[in-house]
Amino acid sequence: MNVIDVFQVSKSFRGTRAVHDLSFGMAQGEIFGMVGPNGAGKTTTLRMLMDIIRPDSGEIEIFGQSIEEQTKNRIGYLPEERGLYKKNTVLESLVYLGALKGVSSSQAKERAAELLERVGMVQHKDKKVEELSRGMGQIIQLIVTILHNPELIVLDEPFAGLDPVNTELLKGFILEQRDQGKSIILSTHMMNQIEELCDRVLMINKGEAVLYGSLIEIKSRFRSNSVFLKCDSIPEELPGVVGRKEHAKYTELFLDQHTQPSQIIATLINSGVTLERFEISTPSLNEIFIKVAKGG
Amino acid sequence: MKKTLIIIRYEFKQILKKKTFIVATLAIPLLLFLGYGIYQGVEHWREPGAPAEKKIGYVDNVGAFTEYTRQDDITFIPYTNGEEAREALVACEVAEYFIIPSDYLSSGLITRYIIENEFEVPDDVWRGIEDFLLSNLLGDEVSSELLERAKVPMGLNTIQLDESGEIASEQDAASRYVLPIVFGLLFAFAILFSSGYLLQSVTEEKENRVIEVLLSSVSSSQLLVGKVLGLGTAGLLQIAVWFIAIWIFIRIASVNIPFLSELSITASVFAWGIVYFILGYLLFAAYYAAVGSLCSTAKEAHSLSGIIVLPAMLPLWLNFFIIGNPEGAFARALTLFPLSAPIAAMMRISRDSLAAWEIALSIIILVASAILTIWIASKLFRVFLLMYGKKPGLREIVRCVREA
Repeated sequence: MNVIDVFQVSKSFRGTRAVHDLSFGMAQGEIFGMVGPNGAGKTTTLRMLMDIIRPDSGEIEIFGQSIEEQTKNRIGYLPEERGLYKKNTVLESLVYLGALKGVSSSQAKERAAELLERVGMVQHKDKKVEELSRGMGQIIQLIVTILHNPELIVLDEPFAGLDPVNTELLKGFILEQRDQGKSIILSTHMMNQIEELCDRVLMINKGEAVLYGSLIEIKSRFRSNSVFLKCDSIPEELPGVVGRKEHAKYTELFLDQHTQPSQIIATLINSGVTLERFEISTPSLNEIFIKVAKGG
Repeated sequence: MKKTLIIIRYEFKQILKKKTFIVATLAIPLLLFLGYGIYQGVEHWREPGAPAEKKIGYVDNVGAFTEYTRQDDITFIPYTNGEEAREALVACEVAEYFIIPSDYLSSGLITRYIIENEFEVPDDVWRGIEDFLLSNLLGDEVSSELLERAKVPMGLNTIQLDESGEIASEQDAASRYVLPIVFGLLFAFAILFSSGYLLQSVTEEKENRVIEVLLSSVSSSQLLVGKVLGLGTAGLLQIAVWFIAIWIFIRIASVNIPFLSELSITASVFAWGIVYFILGYLLFAAYYAAVGSLCSTAKEAHSLSGIIVLPAMLPLWLNFFIIGNPEGAFARALTLFPLSAPIAAMMRISRDSLAAWEIALSIIILVASAILTIWIASKLFRVFLLMYGKKPGLREIVRCVREA
């Protein structure tokens, strides 16, 4: 059973199309990446998942059924727009927002203590939120998201505004949650984060899905049949090579359809050149996106 | 349902922590009792406890004022001439003295000599001298009963009748104005305060972006209901504190301030007060919730929120028409118009001038408009709560309500 199933969902605001005919599914226990530029419709999609806004058409199922009050208790949501009650203390905020997820006050305090300990912020628990630094506020927000031990975690641009230390902390959290069997959906415009963490991705642009599948599959699909090469001298004639392009620190060789990179390396070694670098080119998600967005 | 209760409790607790709420709630009782304390203090200072014995000297040039030298706490001491009396005054044997001239019977004039500053002749001295003179003038001629009556010829008791000749329910012109205005004002305060807090709480959550976190746990209508009821309970508590304070104040203070005994808060006034407060509050709160959801910042919300304060306050500004003619067309219209109804109705109920059918009709209208406003507010709440930036235009709001 999928954790999330989205069927042909569309949503417009004030006549502007935000999401159009979007369908995807997310399996239990995976880290699912949603990528796309700003304004692609990622946040709108996540808000529809959370039943914060309703789609104009289409169906959304979470845990195999349409969302209801009880379902919300099983989901942790980190919105893109972070927000906490400024005048309340950290613990008060955690207890109240936990209560709204069905966590009792004593449970919430216990779990809050555990998570604050984990991020080294126990000493701040009685501070007002407005006294915290921006980064600390973000960590508290993350704790709010997972305080009730949700099965599905929805993170909207979780890395925005985090310093490198906290970025690592967050990545650790995400992987740890996955290892505990949680499902995580992660939306970001930072493609490199997706590459590092996600199993499968959905790429959306202008409200429509442009790519959807496992990261490995997508990458191999977009692999141009080429190799990067750096050596003392490249032979003029290489069988199977149909073109070459000089980059600053290496040369890219384009292969014909019948030639495998292993054949090229064999030829090179036989010809006695000293190899410094040999790499099968895989395009970054970023490059794939740009290619797809341009209509490739 | 459970989550709505959690929100109600949270909002209620949050507002109880607010200094402005605490100050506003306690200010009315404090001011009342402080005012009473000052009044008592002043009274006490004017008539210090058991009035001290006072000695007043006099010189009788007529020769008819020799008896009744004791009037209440004043002892009158005769002196043979002015010189003697003056020496006694300087020697502090008497507090003052007066001279009854020989032509007193025809002129009625006496001359009083004092040594301490005074603003006016003290009441007790005035009355004492008067009684002393009167007693001596009439003492031999009339019975002691008649003498007493001559000293205090009347205690006046005025009774006002209504058009049918029955004794009117209220007998004091001042009390007729006091209760309606006090009630109207308190009502306006309580309703506007608590619905104002609602506006503040919505815009605050919108501004600090908590709203989306909340909406990931509860629906927008749970949030709306929770806020409205939580803050409404606080408002109810506030107005109950005020009512009870006024009631206690009247009970205590009417012993010393006779005019207050004319005022009474009956159980029915109290009960209707609660009903009108709840309905009025729901109407205003729903409107403020809608305004809050439409605006991105508290500042923006301010101007829109002011619009309905005007009609609500109308009964207070034009209180003369309502109190002066509580059954007139104007008073009736304001009682039925939903925005002014709570305050106008309270002003009239406190004067007992609201017919049963009027109460029924005004409550039906109020309930209907409260339901309509809450319905619209919940639609707008859902759609606009997460929208920031430009305030939607009227056309867009109407479209959104129609589509929903």
